Amino acid sequence: MGTQAVVRWWAQAVYDLRRLRDEPLLGAAIAAIFALLLLFILYPLARVLTVSLFPDGTLTLRLYREFLGSWFIRQAFVNSVLMGVLTAVGGTLVGFLFAFTLTRTDIPGKSLLTLAAILPIISPPFVSALAIILLFGNNGLITRQLLGFQEFAIYGMRGLLLAQIFTFFPVAYLTLRGVLESLGGTLEDAAMNLGATRWKAFRRVTLPLCLPGIASALLILFIESLADFGNPLILGGSGFPVLSVQVYLQVTGMYDLPGGAALAVVLLIPSVTTFLVQRYWISRKRYVTVTGKPTRAVIRAVSQRMRWVLFIACAAVALFVLLFYATILVGAFSRAWGADHRFTLRNFGYVFGVGAQAIQDTLIIAVTSSPLAGLLGMAIAFLVIRRRFPGRQAMEFISILNFAVPGTVIGIGYILAFNQRPLLLTGTAIILVANFLFRYIPVGIQSGMAGLRQIDPAIEEAATNLGASTPVTFRRITLPLLVPAFFSGLVFSFVRAMTAISAAIFLVSADWNLMTVQILSQTEAGRLGAAAAFSVLLILIVLLAIGIIRLILGQLFEYRYQAAFG
Amino acid sequence: MSVVLESVTKTFEDPQRPAGKVTAVDGVTLEVNDGELVTLLGPSGCGKTTALRIIAGFESATSGRVLIDGQDVSAMSPHVRNTAMVFQSYAIFPHLTVAQNVAFGLEMRGRARSEIEFRVQSILELVGLAGLEHRSPEQLSGGQQQRVALARAIITEPRVLLFDEPLSNLDAKLREQMRGEVRKLQRRLAITSVYVTHDQSEAMALSDRIVVMDAGRVQQVGAPLEIYARPASRFVADFLGRVNFLEGDVTDIQPDRVSILVRGRSLEVPASRSDLRVGEAASLVVRPETIRLTQASTGVSGAFVGTIRRAVYLGSTAEYDIDWDGGTLLAVVSSPLEHGLLLEGTRIAFDFPAATAHVLPHPPGRRD
Repeated sequence: MGTQAVVRWWAQAVYDLRRLRDEPLLGAAIAAIFALLLLFILYPLARVLTVSLFPDGTLTLRLYREFLGSWFIRQAFVNSVLMGVLTAVGGTLVGFLFAFTLTRTDIPGKSLLTLAAILPIISPPFVSALAIILLFGNNGLITRQLLGFQEFAIYGMRGLLLAQIFTFFPVAYLTLRGVLESLGGTLEDAAMNLGATRWKAFRRVTLPLCLPGIASALLILFIESLADFGNPLILGGSGFPVLSVQVYLQVTGMYDLPGGAALAVVLLIPSVTTFLVQRYWISRKRYVTVTGKPTRAVIRAVSQRMRWVLFIACAAVALFVLLFYATILVGAFSRAWGADHRFTLRNFGYVFGVGAQAIQDTLIIAVTSSPLAGLLGMAIAFLVIRRRFPGRQAMEFISILNFAVPGTVIGIGYILAFNQRPLLLTGTAIILVANFLFRYIPVGIQSGMAGLRQIDPAIEEAATNLGASTPVTFRRITLPLLVPAFFSGLVFSFVRAMTAISAAIFLVSADWNLMTVQILSQTEAGRLGAAAAFSVLLILIVLLAIGIIRLILGQLFEYRYQAAFG
Repeated sequence: MSVVLESVTKTFEDPQRPAGKVTAVDGVTLEVNDGELVTLLGPSGCGKTTALRIIAGFESATSGRVLIDGQDVSAMSPHVRNTAMVFQSYAIFPHLTVAQNVAFGLEMRGRARSEIEFRVQSILELVGLAGLEHRSPEQLSGGQQQRVALARAIITEPRVLLFDEPLSNLDAKLREQMRGEVRKLQRRLAITSVYVTHDQSEAMALSDRIVVMDAGRVQQVGAPLEIYARPASRFVADFLGRVNFLEGDVTDIQPDRVSILVRGRSLEVPASRSDLRVGEAASLVVRPETIRLTQASTGVSGAFVGTIRRAVYLGSTAEYDIDWDGGTLLAVVSSPLEHGLLLEGTRIAFDFPAATAHVLPHPPGRRD
């Protein structure tokens, strides 16, 4: 940046600030949002970094040197990255298969396939792991009961990869479905009209246009896999260490907070790098935005034979997903998995007895944090897209940064940041609410931005022009028009608040516990029936909540997850 | 209330351009008098909409000042400027009814409920929307939405009324009808108005004065007739209506007239000009409808002679492309029903009253 550019930037900043004089409320809101973002997003990360660099009060790289020298940690790093790459490739492949088949063919059973591609999103991220243990574990239904294996090595890389692909392919599916829908079918029609065969139309038109979306999906899945905590904790075992779990074990197993912080930084580096590549490089190469109205898809793009190939492939994946959920359901009603499959309600009795407090806590925290996340998301989206003020881009960047930060890193950061006066929040509900609120605003912001791009800016200008200040414009005009985006952000952050574990596991306490943490500890304790019952209940609550919100909204808007990943 | 722009300039950063920026408005100075309707007219990208948005406060000028009624509003937020805009897309609030839309500005000003109701009612009657108070915007036709936008703007009794190509989304018939209504309302309420359009006939029909803009700069300011009859440049002559340029040489300059030699014929044009020199090249601006045609066989002495290359019959007029002197000239003749249509290939003599022509100095280095 030359001096001239600095001078111009400064002049603009001064001018923008001068204009805020007429809008004291707007200025106050911007300042308040900045303060919150600094406190709940940047400060915890800064604490992680400083604690890892100043373990004894003086600057040292000792911890990093120790970890670099440790074979085990190096292995964990390699494993994490390897698992990330494999999950990204596998999940994107499956996701593309689903997206392409569902948008470009007229196969039967589409709604069931869609369900299979959506279910993993609304369940806790380690449900796949639980189901895999029930099916393929030491006491697994398939491995032990059907095939009679005594020892089957599902723990480790293979099992984890399977679990992660099933957990994360829906994310790729939603991203790519958006891309394929907005591409519409006209381009393929045009290609075939000009003499291209179906295959050539796919190779030369459809696929190249999807490439940025595919790249985006790969990177997002890589980030998700790196950050995944529940699946590797259950399935990785000591034979296949990964970083996200090591961070947790370092803190809770060895009571070594500085060590955990240093590991967290090591985990943070590939995640944030990937995020920056995805955001500032790949997403600029998109040919289309994912906001347009989906045009009617063509069904001529695929030959009759190919149609059946695609159908069988999708059906196989979907069957697997549904099998997982059926397993969980059966497991929840079985006396002792692998030994006694007779029907019982005992597991649910246990859940409602011992777990009642966790259920209540989870609900309170999710119901508190998600509307706040939705509102804050809309407000930030509005400010960033429609208003000029110094630090606008910084606000956008900080507020979506948490999308890239693995939950375990955030968890450690919150413990480090909020464990002493005047910011003593550990052990309270506030720390959990704040955690969910600021972790999931990126979702609200993304859907808010997508919504705003569909609203003619002149509508808000008209309000301003007629004398409405910025806060009044936002409340009276923007927010009512963003109702669909608000609720899709709200639903998403509610689902995530109900199902998240990685950060929350550091923050729960005797007073405030969460269902996901309960499921995990039941699984670790070998009480698979109780874990399954908890999972079933959790999924039911999420489905019920979504159903209620949809019912309230009626035909107001079409509920879509897309915006969440845009 | 008057609106004054003092050497307003607006540059946008644009990394695509070699200079790194683009100047949308370039030193525009302009005064709109109380109760006057002034049109900013120009091709798209000429800076007219940016200038309008600077008055409203949606854009900030890079340099220069905007004064409304003598008050410098340059640093004022748009919501306290008391300018009302009618948007190209109407920008009707889609979640509010017609009455709620119209009442919005008064609500923002904290007026009493009863006053708002009364005034909304009377303004809806004024724009012909009485009875549609409780309709939602999507139930309205384009013309009705236009009226809502208009009512919503004028009800606030703004210091300045701003129009951003408000009629461009209407079909041709409705557009003509609405521009008549806009003009009538504006006169009746005597609101100082700035109107942006790229449609020259709209500008002619509506304006007290027209400001022709190109490339961010003001090219000419004047009443419609003045701009049409005496354009200040080839650009203005070309942009307003259709035009023929006849090239010639200045042979004599008198205080009240200029003599120009065109193809061996000396034409005396009434003009008092100081920017012309004897012996230099000049262009004559000749409007197509001033050209009179006669069959060459009848032999009119002193007229130019050419051949009709193309004849287009348009009902109320006929248009002829005439091959003449190695170029093409356009003539528009009214009422071909009465005068009969000339056939292509006919040799004709043509002439025009010198008093209707206008002289422009020939730009140096250009000869076309």
